[in-house]
This record gives sequence, structure tokens and C-alpha cells, in this order.
Amino acid sequence: MHETTVAMIQLGGVFFGLGLLGRVAWKMGISPIPLYLLGGLAFGAGGLVPLHGIEEFTHLASEIGVVLLLLLLGLEYSASELTTGLKRSWMAGVLDLVLNAAPGAIAALLLGWGPVAALAMAGVTYISSSGIVAKVLGDLGRLGNRETPVVLSVLVFEDLAMAVYLPVLTAVLSGVSFLGGLTSVGISLLAITVVLVVALKYGRFISAIVDSPDHEVFLLKLLGSALLVAGVASQLQVSAAVGAFLLGIAISGSTAENATRLLEPLRDLFAAMFFVVFGLNTDPRSIPPVLGIAVALAAITTATKVVTGWWAARRQGIGKMGRIRAGAALVARGEFSIVIAGLAVASGQVNGDLAALATAYVLLMAILGPIAAKYVEPIGEFFQRRRQTV
Amino acid sequence: MICVNVEITPLPGIGTRQDFMIRAGRRVGVITYRDGRFELILSKASDPDSCAASIPLSPEEANTLAGLLGAPQLVAHLREEHRDITGITTRQLPVTAFANRTLGETALRTRTGASIVAVVRSGNAHPSPGPDFLFENGDLAVVVGTAEGLDAAAEILHGG
Repeated sequence: MHETTVAMIQLGGVFFGLGLLGRVAWKMGISPIPLYLLGGLAFGAGGLVPLHGIEEFTHLASEIGVVLLLLLLGLEYSASELTTGLKRSWMAGVLDLVLNAAPGAIAALLLGWGPVAALAMAGVTYISSSGIVAKVLGDLGRLGNRETPVVLSVLVFEDLAMAVYLPVLTAVLSGVSFLGGLTSVGISLLAITVVLVVALKYGRFISAIVDSPDHEVFLLKLLGSALLVAGVASQLQVSAAVGAFLLGIAISGSTAENATRLLEPLRDLFAAMFFVVFGLNTDPRSIPPVLGIAVALAAITTATKVVTGWWAARRQGIGKMGRIRAGAALVARGEFSIVIAGLAVASGQVNGDLAALATAYVLLMAILGPIAAKYVEPIGEFFQRRRQTV
Repeated sequence: MICVNVEITPLPGIGTRQDFMIRAGRRVGVITYRDGRFELILSKASDPDSCAASIPLSPEEANTLAGLLGAPQLVAHLREEHRDITGITTRQLPVTAFANRTLGETALRTRTGASIVAVVRSGNAHPSPGPDFLFENGDLAVVVGTAEGLDAAAEILHGG
């Protein structure tokens, strides 16, 4: 009985603390993700207040957090949005991929971490945080802007790229031989194709299995099927995250919208736990040595995202201010960079410093992203005015 | 009628944007969120790419605004169509005497020769209502008929 009491008090303290941090974050106009990570760093090994006895729960909760993060990423866009997005924006998407994956990969190679870590770091610097971007665009009242569809279509492409990238990364991380790796990559690519085709043609049947007019039944069926699929996927050596993501893509239409609304609070809860646990497992003392690299990466990948947005918006005939807004909107990295780093570190196949670098990098980018999006407009106007008066 | 070119842009993960360029050189439009919320958007005069305002509207508020802009148009449109037929006019008449009663009960056509071609309720037009259409308080009936017929109809609908 005593153990449960202590665990409950600790857990209550953690959640309440996270709530306070989240409030501070939104007041400051930034995403709460960096503060959750900082919270985890403070609680964890080598931190201020080590936690005891709730590791089992926090570990499971953080795994569920990853499953829910990826499930909702899959739910975010319908299969038809994904395919039209691919057709319309593949050039911008490819530029985005090349420009933003390269810095991470090159940094890992320069650090001598090897090709596996390079693949993981490529993912960390590549993927923008669709959560932060969508929230920032909404908060700044930019959804009606002409460049916004350009920004969103880049995010859609990244979503699709994740569908290919995650299984490949998982296969490589599982440390199988080259041939074995090739087979599992082949299997996962096949699985994605099947899921996309099924979602496009028979999405309503999958939706019908989980759908229910009753909220309680719907929630239980949804969560149950997500964990089942994730568990089976992880048993088949295709990580749980990938399974949940594919299930999210397969569920479509109004079911997907209702599911998103229902699962959002749950995701926020468990994902917060995930960030804390990631912070917990990162020794704060390992961050200062990699801070310089993180800052350099942040500077470079901010520039590359701005270039991506600028180029994509210019192709759609959008003016200079719109182009720079589109670029700045894409800067934020967040939850998915941490998910990728988490997968890599958990496999034990990469240098442990990767977690520290990814943490420092996301701390910077999740704070910098919303700020860049917000202040790019006055700064751009200032320069435009100065050029006119000179 | 002059056609306005409405541009429909999907916003993946959010909804759709529908907007058009007005003669003053600004874009006016609506964002429809997936969950049914609306946002009225108006572009900046200096930068047509960006928005000067995006005003969130609940479905009821959007309906009301649509009615404010649309109902006079409906009457004007019908009046335009009937202009060639002398002696026939269109009028918007408030229905106060028939709340929770059907359109058939008014027996308007038999009694006045005028007919109800649409009912505007909280900003929404219900075209060609049938005899079992149920009136509510605050409904506006769009009635077509002769001047005398319309006067009689107004009296009946108002409580005659």
C-alpha cells in the first residue's frame, strides 16, 4: 500500500509540474515540448530530484505516448490528401528531404558515429513538427494566407516520407545483415503500399470496424486496436510506432476526424510522459559537450527549412513576404525528432550521445520555430522598408 | 448575373479554404474546418498573400451572416425573374401566427392566390417548402403573388 501511495504522489507531482510548465510555455507563445524535456532532465539520473518506483509505469506510458503520437500523425491526413499532396508537391518535398536530412547525416558522420546514426540524425533534422506548425499557423491567423497550403503540402510529404523512413530505420537499427535488412525493408515497403491501397479503396471498412456512435465504445475500440496493431508490429520487428502510424492512415473519413478529437487529450497526456521519460534517460551532464554542434545544426537547418519554404512558395507564385513566412513556418522540429532519436537510442546500435544531441537540438528548434514564424513578418517588413527608403 | 471566381483550396489536416478576389483588390473568403467551424478571412490590402483578419464564427453565427447577405439577394433575384410578368411581385413576409403549424394550414394559395416559394429561417433559405413544412417563430416567408394577394397573405401570416 505504501508503495502505491508514494508512486501516486510522485506521479501527481510530475503531471502537475508538467501542467504548470505547459501553461508557462503557451503564455510565452512556444511549444511545451522543450519544457517537458527540461522537466525530464531535471527529474532524471544526475538531475535535481530522482524519481523512484514509478519507472515501470512511466516507461509503459511513454511507449503508449509514441504509439498515440504516430497514430494521430497517421490520422491527420486522409489517404486521398496524401496522394494528391504527393502529386502536387513532390518537388518541394524532395528538396525539403535533401536539404534538411543532409545536415543531420553529415554531422553524425563527422562525429564518427557511423552510418546507422547518420540515418537516425538525418530523420531528426529532416522532419518538421506538424503539431507545432499547425498550432502556430492557427494562432497567428495565417490559415487563410496564400502560402499556407504550400506549407501544409510540405508537411504532408514529410508524413509520407515518414511512412517509408520509419520502417527502414527500424530495420537498420535491428542490426540485421545487409540481405536480411533488405528483406525487412522490402516487407515494410510492401506493407505500406498495401495499407495505402486498402485505405484508399476500403478505408471505410476499416473505419467501420472501430467506429461507434458511443464515445466510450469508440475510444476503447480505437485504443485497443492501436495497441494491438502496435504490439503485433513490434513482434514482427516492424516497430510499434510504424504499426500505429499505418493504422492511422488506414482509418479515414469522419471516423478519422472523430478519432482525432477523442484521442487528442490522451495523446497529450502520454506524449508528455514520453518527453519526460526521454529527458529522464538523458544525462544532463552529456548535453554541454554536444551543445556547440546542436547550435550549429540548429542554425544550418533553420536556413535550409527557410530555403525550402521560400522555393516551394515561389513556385506557386507567392510574393516575397509570403515566401519568407512559408520558410519560417517550417522551422520548428519537435515530437517526431525525439521519437526517431528514441527509437535509435533504445536499439543500442548508436552512440549514446545521440540522445543528448537530439535533446539539445529539439530544445533549440521547438523554441526557435514558433519565434521565427512570429517575428519573420515584422523583420521582413523592416528590411523591405529600408530597401525602399535607401 | 456576373460570375465570381471562387478558388477552392484544400488545407490538408485542417479543412478547406474558399475565397475570391473582390473588386477592391482584396481576397474575401471562408475557411471551413473539418469539425464544422468557420472562419471569415479578409486579406491585407498591402499583401494579398496574407490575412488582415480571420474571424472565427460558430455555425449559427455563420448562418446568420449568410442570411444577412443572402436573403435580400434571394428576394431581389425572384423580383428580377418576375419583372416581365406584370402585376406579379415578390415580398418577404414575417410568419408570426403559425409557429409549430404547417404551411398547409395557412391555405394561403386558396385564400389569396399568392404562394410561398421559400422560407428563410435563421439565415438559411428553405426553397419550395411543401404543405407539411412546419413553421417556427421568426421565419420569413418569401411570397410571390399580386399586390392584393400579397397584402392578404401578409395579414394571414401575421395573424389574421
